[in-house]
Amino acid sequence: MSIASVKYSSNAVAPEPEFPSAQLSIRNVTKVFPGKRDLFSKLSRRTTRDFVAIEDISLDIEPNTFVSIIGPSGCGKSTLLNMVAGLSDVTQGDILLNGLPIQGPGPDRGMVFQNYALMPWMTVEENIRFAVETVYPKLSPKQLTRNIKEQIQLVGLEGAEKKHPHELSGGMRQRVGIARALAIDPQILLMDEPFGALDALTRGFLQSEVERIWEQQRKTVIMITHSIEEALLLSDRIVMMTRGPAARVDEILEVPFPRPRDRETIDQHPAYHDLKAEMEHHLFRETRAVEESRIRR
Amino acid sequence: MTLTEPKPALEKTKAGSSATSPPWLNENTKALGLFIISLVLFLAFWEIGANLKLFAKGMPTASKTLQELWWWSTHPFFDNGPNDLGIGWNLLISLRRVAIGYFLASIIAVPLGIMIGISPIAYKAFNPYVQLLKPVSPLAWLPLGLYIFRDSEQTGIFIILISSIWPTLINTAFGVANVNPEYLDVSKTLGASRLRTIFKVIIPAALPNIVSGLRISMGISWLVIVAAEMLLGTGLGYFIWNEWNNLYIPNILVAIFIIGLVGLILDNIFGALEKFVAFGRKA
Repeated sequence: MSIASVKYSSNAVAPEPEFPSAQLSIRNVTKVFPGKRDLFSKLSRRTTRDFVAIEDISLDIEPNTFVSIIGPSGCGKSTLLNMVAGLSDVTQGDILLNGLPIQGPGPDRGMVFQNYALMPWMTVEENIRFAVETVYPKLSPKQLTRNIKEQIQLVGLEGAEKKHPHELSGGMRQRVGIARALAIDPQILLMDEPFGALDALTRGFLQSEVERIWEQQRKTVIMITHSIEEALLLSDRIVMMTRGPAARVDEILEVPFPRPRDRETIDQHPAYHDLKAEMEHHLFRETRAVEESRIRR
Repeated sequence: MTLTEPKPALEKTKAGSSATSPPWLNENTKALGLFIISLVLFLAFWEIGANLKLFAKGMPTASKTLQELWWWSTHPFFDNGPNDLGIGWNLLISLRRVAIGYFLASIIAVPLGIMIGISPIAYKAFNPYVQLLKPVSPLAWLPLGLYIFRDSEQTGIFIILISSIWPTLINTAFGVANVNPEYLDVSKTLGASRLRTIFKVIIPAALPNIVSGLRISMGISWLVIVAAEMLLGTGLGYFIWNEWNNLYIPNILVAIFIIGLVGLILDNIFGALEKFVAFGRKA
């Protein structure tokens, strides 16, 4: 199986009667972290209650859309993403990918981690090679090398192939993280606060890079973020979540700006400031409520 | 002469501390200067004290000890029977015992540590054995070894094995059990098989811990062999025991110096290995 053939067919959606346009369908998903109530915990008086992180969330994501999830800290955004990735179990409800329920983690969903999660003992090239070899073990060495080279070019890391992660800046490390996730040609790219650990300047630069790469591939992306500007620059839709526990989807905003987008001119769009004000209002309200509930506790 | 030599260096340091100090006066040079001064003072104190009979009766002078050190280092390999063997031969005998015992311990401890570390149940189940056996003094095993093997050579190796197995085992299991969960998440999202995850992710991720364990184990082996050999008949430990029977203190001091030096070299080799596998991680 060649990567090229996968690349252009992977976004095709399997026929799905109920939600014909949805590639990923999150249906009435609830996540409960069970508390400790076993005998030992009871004896030591350290029982904890069940924690409902997410309650009854439904969300449909069409192919080739960039969706951001934004919400106050601790609202279960990462939990939701981990459930989509298959790293965390769903307590109730279903997550369907192309109409089929997901069964644990798999290479049809590529993950970009906040702290890069690069293997420190592997070079840039080896990190990407590990991913591709794992997912496509039958690839010929020539195709493998070509694919790795393409990914390195895509994220602009030529010349750093033989470097180890500790020799790279945070921004470059996350480029490797993105290249590794894209190298396996996933149907959906999941990004968990991908720029959260970067300084403001590098973050802006990498956002532009992701915008550029997205224009080239138009893969379905779900990104968790804390940044309003970041969500507005990159997304087609922004999902705003309420505060936890029992977080829900509060509102979904459509972002109408034409593409390709430029971070310098995007705020000239007439809808930009209204959208931004609405998101700020929502996030401030939720964050204030979170802070107040912490003080009262 | 050597006493007065480093003095100007110290004066220069005081003067140069405000301005940018010249490159030959960096921290390392200063440390070397202090090292040389303290060594010279120590040897002088020893030489004068021994000549004035300030220490125990029969304590050799520094010059006599250094003469012996020179003689033993320039005549390392001679063989006039087991009680008159060059120190080079004794060193090689000790190193050989350590190498065999340590190698056997490592090829048991590393795979076992990996297996224990991978399974939280095994980790809890085997922890009591390790915790119970780890603090036992190596010499406590000596009678048991002699009884089982009825052979001093094998007993020596057995003692090395049994005492150097624990640090490697514990560190390996700890390293494997505490692999950064993000690496495992990466492996899971790629759909990597269990075996591929173990060999490509878990073991390389735990390698710094494994090498630190091996380093500690090597240090312990070298500590233990000298003690064990006093009762075994050859090697550096026996050399010391033999010189004690001859009541010739300079040679004991020579042997102590050589044991320390070899231990230092072994430790540095493993220190370099630790750096080699760290890749920017703190070992």
